[in-house]
Amino acid sequence: MNRTMIDLWVGIFVAAGIVALMVLALKVGNASTTLNMGDTYRVYAQFENIGGLKPRAPVKSAGVLVGRVDEIQFDSKTFTARVTLNVDRRYLFPKDSSVSILTSGLLGEQYVGLEAGGDDVMLKDGETVKLTQSAVVLEKLIGQFLYNKAAEGGSK
Amino acid sequence: MPERIAGYLRGIGHQVVGGLWRLGYASRFFALTLLRSAVSFRRFHLVMRELYFAGVLSLIIIVVSGLFVGMVLGLQGYETLQKYGASDAVGTLVALSLTRELGPVVAALLFASRAGSAMTAEIGLMKATEQISAMEMMAVDPIARVVGPRFWGGLISMPLLAAIFSAVGVFGGYLIAVVMIGVDAGAFWSQMQNAVDLRQDIVNGVIKSVVFGVAVTAIALFEGYDAPPTAEGVSGATTRTVVTSSLAILGLDFVLTALMFTGV
Repeated sequence: MNRTMIDLWVGIFVAAGIVALMVLALKVGNASTTLNMGDTYRVYAQFENIGGLKPRAPVKSAGVLVGRVDEIQFDSKTFTARVTLNVDRRYLFPKDSSVSILTSGLLGEQYVGLEAGGDDVMLKDGETVKLTQSAVVLEKLIGQFLYNKAAEGGSK
Repeated sequence: MPERIAGYLRGIGHQVVGGLWRLGYASRFFALTLLRSAVSFRRFHLVMRELYFAGVLSLIIIVVSGLFVGMVLGLQGYETLQKYGASDAVGTLVALSLTRELGPVVAALLFASRAGSAMTAEIGLMKATEQISAMEMMAVDPIARVVGPRFWGGLISMPLLAAIFSAVGVFGGYLIAVVMIGVDAGAFWSQMQNAVDLRQDIVNGVIKSVVFGVAVTAIALFEGYDAPPTAEGVSGATTRTVVTSSLAILGLDFVLTALMFTGV
């Protein structure tokens, strides 16, 4: 085995390794969507309860991915969750748009739904969306249901 | 009676001191390898040769095992997920298991038994046939000339082999789930891409494989260099390389996983 053959084989090996890494990053992972989200603007939203929302969760409008959740913080002045959304610059939304935390499917991940409003003025970088709807917490729903049932029983 | 207790205690002390001495020797050996690795980069063809022996010649076993591991994951994952009506998620299962755990760990285990044992046997035999002493006589530093290139060759090969293992494994999962069983190809890839994160899963997997590469090659080279220069000594060292590096891989994997994936 002379030196040029070794060089050739090592070259093939290293190239195959790099191709495998690229395949993992682009085809298996989400690098293609993360990298395409270069041009974004930030929008803030205050939620009473975010449920199980996590950073990097998708932001969808009409079911189409338009951005991702960047950061979730607790606002100690208003005692609400302050969620930072990165929205793709290609998509502009009216100022009176509303955001809600939804769940994809019965057991799916939680995402932020952005519903366009009717205003002529568009949301700009760093602005806050006023209309928000919190995540549905199953325990609260059940609690309310039981409470209503009990109230019905009492009135009879 | 007191003599017997003292004898036991002396036995324990001897073991501990011996173990510590060996650990210290191994650390000094490792530090020396790093310090003298400038030679490896000045004469890079030495590293190329080791890349060929450790990397290229391990390709076949890595590709074949990766394909089969991916196919088995596809079959088993489909079997279980289908009970919950989530057979589309089989792509996610295959990709996450491979990039996070199985790719780096199984590739490193194969690497330890395929390349690590060969390194130990080679250096041990060089020592037994007094080639190492001959080098020292000729003022050639055996650590810079023999150990350094093997270390860097192994360190570079390991992440590449793990990446190839994972990529081939995902393809194996695709073959079973989509081509054979008939899961929808679009759902297979899109659910996978939604769940696998570049930083969290793929980069962490690469970091793991680099750590395993360092551990396996360092253990293999030390065991070879430390082997008693007899046929029995070399065979014992080769066995120890495979056992120690497999245990090190699994132990390190637990520690790394605990560090990387606790916040998720």
